[in-house]
Amino acid sequence: MENDVIIDVSGISMMFNLSNEKIDNIKEYVIKFLKRELMFNEFWALKDVSFSIKKGESVGLVGLNGSGKSTMLKVIAGVMKPTKGKVLVNGTIAPLIELGAGFDTDLSARENIYLNGAMLGFSKKQMNEKFNEIMDFAELWEFVDVAIKNFSSGMLARLGFSIATASRPDILIVDEILAVGDYKFQQKCEERINKMIEDGTTIVMVSHSIDQVKRICKKAVWLESGKVRMYGDADYVCQEYQQ
Amino acid sequence: MNSNYVIDRIRGFIKYMPLLNQLVKRDIKVRYRKSFLGMLWTVLNPLMMMGVMTIVFSTLFESNIENFPVYFLTGNLIFAFNSEATQQALSSIIGNSLLIKKIYVPKYLFPVSRVVSCLVNFFFSFIALLIVMIVTKAKFYITILLIPLPILALLLFTIGLSLLLSSITVFFRDIGHFYGVFILAWNYLTPVFYPVTILPERFRWIVNFNPLYHYITYFRLLVRDGVFPSFELNLYCFGMGIAMLIIGVAIFWKKQDRFILYI
Repeated sequence: MENDVIIDVSGISMMFNLSNEKIDNIKEYVIKFLKRELMFNEFWALKDVSFSIKKGESVGLVGLNGSGKSTMLKVIAGVMKPTKGKVLVNGTIAPLIELGAGFDTDLSARENIYLNGAMLGFSKKQMNEKFNEIMDFAELWEFVDVAIKNFSSGMLARLGFSIATASRPDILIVDEILAVGDYKFQQKCEERINKMIEDGTTIVMVSHSIDQVKRICKKAVWLESGKVRMYGDADYVCQEYQQ
Repeated sequence: MNSNYVIDRIRGFIKYMPLLNQLVKRDIKVRYRKSFLGMLWTVLNPLMMMGVMTIVFSTLFESNIENFPVYFLTGNLIFAFNSEATQQALSSIIGNSLLIKKIYVPKYLFPVSRVVSCLVNFFFSFIALLIVMIVTKAKFYITILLIPLPILALLLFTIGLSLLLSSITVFFRDIGHFYGVFILAWNYLTPVFYPVTILPERFRWIVNFNPLYHYITYFRLLVRDGVFPSFELNLYCFGMGIAMLIIGVAIFWKKQDRFILYI
C-alpha cells in the first residue's frame, strides 16, 4: 500500500468565461444575448494538466502569479469542477486554503471549532475528542468563549490551522498560509506539518517562498500559464524555476 | 447513474448531517444573540402580530370570521414559514460565497439549513397558537395531532422553492430585489386575514392556483374544524410539494457546479 496513488490528476483544463463574470442581471443578459457576446473571452487557467501524487508524498506547486496554482488546488479540493479532465482522490482532504474560511465571526472559538469540524465532515462526538488538542495547539484557552470577531488575524490563523491539522486528514492542502502568525507559530506549524508527513499524510502546498517548498516538500510541480512546465524532485525544480 | 453513484450520494448526505445540525444551530444562535428575550421572541413575535391584526380587523373592518385570532394565526404560521424560509434561502448561496470558494461542502446544505432553522421557529410559533387557542377557549379536536402531515407537505414545497430560488439568484441578482415585492403580493392573495369568500368569483381562480392557500386550508381543517381533508386536497398538497421539490433539486443539481464562477 506504500506506493498507492492518492491523487491522480489527468488532463485537467479549466476555462473561465471572463465576460460572464459581469453579467448578473437579466437586462445585461438579454442585451449580451442579442449582441451574441455571451460566449466570448474564454480564459484557460489550466491547460491539460496531468500529474499524480503518491500516498505520503509532499508536493509543492510553484509558479508565477496567475499561473494557475490556486485554481489547481481548488480543483483538487473539489471546490471547482474542471471543464475537462478528471481528478481522482482516494482519501479525506482537509483544505487550508484560507485559514478561517468557515468561521462565523459572531460565534465563540468553542462554537467555531464544532462548526468548522462539521465542515470538514466530523461529527460532534469526533470533535469532542479533538477539542482539547485543538485548543492546546492554538494556545487560545484564555479566549475559548470569546466571539472570534474580537480575535486578531494571527489568533484566527492559529485556530484555523489547529482545526484543519487536528482532523488528521489523508491529504492536507495548504495555500500560502504559513506566512501568517508570528515567527514562533510559523515554526510550530512547520514542525507539525513535518510530523504529519512522517505519519504518512500527503501534503499539497502552494507557496511563494521557494525555501519553504524546498524545506517541506520532496517533489514540486512548476506551473507556467496553466501548463505543467516541470514535475519532479523539489530541489531540482526549484533550482530551475529560480533561474 | 449507477448504484455506486447513488450510494456515494447517500454516504455524503449522512457524512454532512452534523454540518446541517451545526448550521441550523448557528442560524438560531446568531439570530437571538444579544437580544434580551432571546428564543422567547419566536413565541412573542406571532402573538404580537396576531394582536395587531386582531385589533385592525375587529375595529376597522367588519370581520365575520369566528375566532379571528386563531383563523389569522393558523394562516400566518404557514405563510410566514414559507416566506421567511424562502427569503433567507434565496441569498444563502451568495451569502456563503467565501466558504464555497474555499472548502468543499455540499452546497444544498446552505438553503436547506435555512429552511430547517425556520422550521424550528415554526414549532415555537406553534406554541403561540396553542396559547391563543387556550385563551380564546377554542375547541381542541383530535385531528390537531395530524398536523405533521400538512407540515411535511409544505416542507417539501418550501425546500423545493428554496433550492430553485437560491440557485437562480446566483445568476440573476435581480431575483433578490423582486422577491420581496412578490412575497407582499403573495401575502395579499392568500386568505390569511380574510375569508376566501370575500373574493369576487372571477378572482377566485388566482387563489386556487396559490399552493399556500391549499396548505393553509389543510392546516385549518385539522386545527379549527376537526375535519380530515378530502382525498383531493391531500393529493394536491403532497403532489405540489413533491413536484416543487423535483423542480428545485433538478435545477440546483444542474447549476451547482457553475455557482463558483458567479459568486
